Amino acid sequence: MSLVGPEVHTPTLLYLDGVSVSFDGFKAIDGLSLVVDETELRCVIGPNGAGKTTMMDIITGRTRPDTGRVEYADGVDLTRCDESEIANLGIGRKFQKPTVFEHHTVDDNLELALAGRRSVAASLRFALGPEDRDRIDELLATVNLRGLRHRLAGTLSHGQKQWLEIGMLLAQRPRLLLVDEPVAGMTAQETERTAELLVGLATDHAVVVVEHDMEFVRSIARKVTVLHQGRVLAEGPMSVIQDDPLVNAVYLGE
Amino acid sequence: MSESPVHGSGGPGRSPTAAVLGVALVVVSVVGVLNQAVGESSALHVPTYVVTLLGKYACYALLAVALDLVWGYLGILSLGHGAFFALGGYAMGMHLMREIGPRGVYGHPVLPDFMVFLDWKTLPWYWHGFDSFAFALVMVVLVPAALAFVFGWLAFRSRVTGVYLSIMTQALTYALMLAFFRNEMGFGGNNGLTDFKDVLGLDLQSDATRVGLFVCSTMALAAGYLLARGIVRSRLGRVVTAIRDGEGRVRSLGYRPERYKLFVFTVSAAMAGVAGALYVPQVGIINPGEFAPLSSIELVVWVAVGGRGTLHGAALGAVLVNYAKTWLTGTYPEVWLFALGAMFVVVTLVLPRGIVGLAATTRAAWARRVTGASRAPGEVVP
Ligand SMILES: Nc1ncnc2c1ncn2[C@@H]1O[C@H](COP(=O)(O)OP(=O)(O)O)[C@@H](O)[C@H]1O
Ligand SMILES: [Mg+2]
Repeated sequence: MSLVGPEVHTPTLLYLDGVSVSFDGFKAIDGLSLVVDETELRCVIGPNGAGKTTMMDIITGRTRPDTGRVEYADGVDLTRCDESEIANLGIGRKFQKPTVFEHHTVDDNLELALAGRRSVAASLRFALGPEDRDRIDELLATVNLRGLRHRLAGTLSHGQKQWLEIGMLLAQRPRLLLVDEPVAGMTAQETERTAELLVGLATDHAVVVVEHDMEFVRSIARKVTVLHQGRVLAEGPMSVIQDDPLVNAVYLGE
Repeated sequence: MSESPVHGSGGPGRSPTAAVLGVALVVVSVVGVLNQAVGESSALHVPTYVVTLLGKYACYALLAVALDLVWGYLGILSLGHGAFFALGGYAMGMHLMREIGPRGVYGHPVLPDFMVFLDWKTLPWYWHGFDSFAFALVMVVLVPAALAFVFGWLAFRSRVTGVYLSIMTQALTYALMLAFFRNEMGFGGNNGLTDFKDVLGLDLQSDATRVGLFVCSTMALAAGYLLARGIVRSRLGRVVTAIRDGEGRVRSLGYRPERYKLFVFTVSAAMAGVAGALYVPQVGIINPGEFAPLSSIELVVWVAVGGRGTLHGAALGAVLVNYAKTWLTGTYPEVWLFALGAMFVVVTLVLPRGIVGLAATTRAAWARRVTGASRAPGEVVP
């Protein structure tokens, strides 16, 4: 089972190099460097305020770093792109606080997220084609919301909203998935399904998961990055990280 | 718009185009016949002043639909939509002035009276072309749309939202009012443009022309309503309401919200311009008062009273509030502003979804009572 041998190397998809950002003098991210391969599942853990969400804000163009480079795919410098450009480069994000369109149906939420057709003219002419319908059906099945497809998203439970947002993420057909605390508010069963889904996705996507639930991290983690005060404290397989005294001091021991 | 996809949250759409146009045609025919064919002695006769009043209401309703598109669906509380209405009105007014030709008080072959009075020798460059009706029609749409486009481009690109954006729209209309008050601007100063004689050779005072203008206004309202409905029912409409509810999230999906806002804002301004253009020949005057901030605020009250975010509620609100205004300013003129304020407070506090929302709630409650009453006594409600 564990006979992977020398590390299988897939090309790099995302490369953060010496990234720093401060808010009113407070260094939220402090010389952060991170490499994510084209197909891998990376867990990012760290205490509250470690800068995990801010890191995702920087990758997706919500926050501009003060210094450092963020390189994506074949040398695109993400710090020079705006949010919609970055999304269209194939970087999708699930937010920490579930953010679905509450006054839209589950179906419409997924439809809005479907890849392509982002221009005003395309939206005005848009009619749902058969392949779009199939895709939405498929997504509904994946995130287990088929029976609720006509419900307004605002009426879903917290866990269901999380699922819907994961569905929206998949609808965008991203290459890199940034998933911020996906299992908060989920039942044990939902959590298990999420784990399966993310592990499955990582065979042909790059998936970066921020999570607090250590049980969940143990169940999916291949490689773990520990953030603390805006920098990488440790990085490696979960088994090694678990026994790292430094990590235990700041985080796991809590 | 003919193939605008009807799908999604609205459920299967029963093509409303025929229905809306049908209603408009019936209204127009009934009013027209009752004015033109039924003798004045008959109790059924509709006097011409009522026809014109109805025509005015139709223009207001179109303006309200335009505002609802921006306020109800895009979430931008524009406190300056009266400016687009007034600009459309001025564009039409300029044509009507040129139509007067040498029949003015001073008898100048080209210059409108107010220019002769100001001792101007030539027509300002921006008055050229307005002798053509077709040119004026283009300007009716183009001028408000262009202003909205430039304003929106600057505001949305810099991500101005909420109260700040509302204040900017209010400032816009106020600035235009001050500008149009100035004689040197060449729009007749505080008197504005008036004393129109005819349009397309038809006497503006004749009953037939008045009925014609009423018909045009009602049809424009129907068309504007259908256009707005087409937009909000399309996928673009779903993107737009998503922007209203979470602009940042829409952006993170790869859309550019500012472009969507710009599109809807510009279309709305053009609709407001058409409403203004139809309004002016019916009331016979356009002056800078139409740019007054209060006019734009009144407009917001119409939409709030009717029910924002429904389109038909906006149109209904415009008609009802203006009917109340016509009646009150005739009977107790000093009360009107208080009544307007009171309406706004009441709607904000107790009727957040306006009359249309109240009607829907009442219907739902009634349906519950009916089903509740039909339940056998002692039956356990699950
Ligand atoms: N926009 C912001 N303005 C000011 N401070 C911020 C902002 N975003 C994040 N921070 C601060 O940066 C730190 C890191 O936050 P965050 O990235 O949300 O942590 P995590 O997701 O790891 O819990 C926190 O102390 C937070 O208060
Ligand atoms: Mg966080």
